[in-house]
Amino acid sequence: MPTTAPAFSDATASDSALRRFLFGLPGVDAVGLEARAASLGTRSIKTTAKAYAIDLAISMIDLTTLEGADTPGKVRALAAKAVNPDPLRYAPPRLSSDPLDAEPDRMTPHTAAVCVYPDMAATAAAALAGSGVKVASVATAFPAGRASLDVKLADVRDAVAAGADEIDMVIDRGAFLSGRFLKVYEEILAVKAECGTARLKVIFETGELSTYDNIRRASWIGMLAGADFIKTSTGKVATNATPANTLLMLEAVRDFRAQTGVQIGVKPAGGIRTTKDAVKFLVLVNETTGEDWLDPHWFRFGASSLLNDLLMQRQKLSTGRYSGPDYVTVD
Amino acid sequence: MSEQNRLSVYKTYKLYVGGKFPRSESGRVYEVTDSKGQWLANAPKSSRKDARDAVVAARKAFGGWSGATAYNRGQVLYRVAEMLEGRKDQFVREVAASEGLSKSKAAAVVDAAIDRWVWYAGWTDKIGQIAGGANPVAGPYLNLSTPEPTGVVAVLAPQKSSFLGLVSVIAPVIATGNTAVVIASADAPLPALSLGEVLATSDVPGGVVNILSGATAELAAPLAAHQDVNAIDLTGADTALAKELEIAAADNLKRVLRPQPVDADGTSDSEDWPASPGTHRLTAFLETKTVWHPTGALGAAGSSY
Repeated sequence: MPTTAPAFSDATASDSALRRFLFGLPGVDAVGLEARAASLGTRSIKTTAKAYAIDLAISMIDLTTLEGADTPGKVRALAAKAVNPDPLRYAPPRLSSDPLDAEPDRMTPHTAAVCVYPDMAATAAAALAGSGVKVASVATAFPAGRASLDVKLADVRDAVAAGADEIDMVIDRGAFLSGRFLKVYEEILAVKAECGTARLKVIFETGELSTYDNIRRASWIGMLAGADFIKTSTGKVATNATPANTLLMLEAVRDFRAQTGVQIGVKPAGGIRTTKDAVKFLVLVNETTGEDWLDPHWFRFGASSLLNDLLMQRQKLSTGRYSGPDYVTVD
Repeated sequence: MSEQNRLSVYKTYKLYVGGKFPRSESGRVYEVTDSKGQWLANAPKSSRKDARDAVVAARKAFGGWSGATAYNRGQVLYRVAEMLEGRKDQFVREVAASEGLSKSKAAAVVDAAIDRWVWYAGWTDKIGQIAGGANPVAGPYLNLSTPEPTGVVAVLAPQKSSFLGLVSVIAPVIATGNTAVVIASADAPLPALSLGEVLATSDVPGGVVNILSGATAELAAPLAAHQDVNAIDLTGADTALAKELEIAAADNLKRVLRPQPVDADGTSDSEDWPASPGTHRLTAFLETKTVWHPTGALGAAGSSY
């Protein structure tokens, strides 16, 4: 179990120490943050850069289905899509001397993971065995997180036993918003211990934290507690990932690595539906944390419909014709 | 109040896409002149991305519009006629300027265009009986054919008949439940852009009709090749362009309406627009669904429907 970096071991010694530490973090300039995110969103990414961005984005997707109506059949179909997103196998555009274009018929990459509820993790694991696509499972009474710690830990145990490679947990927003930061921290520690070798993504549900300052504090709690990823939201509330809150979290992981040498991933989730949106997020990553994070191991998109839009754009790049929803799968 | 003391309020003509009035994504405009070359207004010069956005809007609107009852669609089309009637003066002015007609001739054109909406409004719940029905088959089946809308239709409006011609190509497409992406006449787009304002206030759901202005060939090419457009009406294309578009449209087996060219340049502008249009434009963008329903013992007993 990774221990808290020595530089911050004092910060988590007690509830009051943690509060002092979190309130000692610099305040967020909300206007500046949003302006910065908006200005980075205006970058023009075209031709070969766009082709590269599309393939990178596809390889970063946690293809997600988190519905009460999920069936084993749906999860298997989604797994098949994750492994081979575009069975039509469009050839990639060959527009320049870019090394990516040198390979003829470069295949559509597989997605990073399939994200399901714990009871579907075994189905997903069986369907994805040997494919290189990871199985991610939400846990800890997702999405509300309203359960006792024992129940949450049992949920995690279940998912890991069923073959999940990654666990997406939700923090206790009730505890966070009422100022019991150490409880949030200890809960993450406990879940992390339960994960074993599985990577842990910590969901803050930024839409419920109400201020940017809170998002920054939550990010630090997550990072101090040993999260492998910090993730914006569940996708179940009105406000999900936005460029601004993702930029803020990217700054947090950048600062954390600068101070401790530990690299942590970021996963915006919910509301990212178009290629244009996804490319904007990739620009944020590149400009904030740099190329080290431009890798499926360190940056993910929690999305479902995004993949279809990326595939349609990919088809447009390789054929020159606008594609349509008839040429990609429904789910 | 004297006219001289008042500053002119010029109208910014904008596109009509998805029920909204955007400028062109490209930011471009071009000058629109009257028949004598006098400047009338600047119109947006749409790009292929505007065409793509319009197709997305039309696709989104298709489910609701094609699923609406024919009776309801008829009411909506009639509502368009009502709204046009109230704004007749504006359209008379724009048509007179665009086509170089006298005021009385332009008024006759606008009247005919309003009547055209009423004509097609009446057809919405009748075309099913004309284009479908029970088929006599040699077996114990009740066999029914029913026409269904094709989907998203790209419409190249006539180049010269900027309003009556325009209405005559839009109304039949949407009457049967299709949604339309319309490329207005390149030289006379103003009546079309103003029609968008009328449609927006006529209970026509956003996205059912999307109106683009600009260079016809530049917009038509991506639409003809677009995999999510189901049909294309080539009325406003000249011979060379129509040929090119037909080839592009073949790729996803689009339904193509290429009217008999009647002008020297290959367009169909001199088509007799005021004449009664018949049903060929209604039936051009329909798919026939046929259902075989077994009649079982009834048929075996020698009886039939």
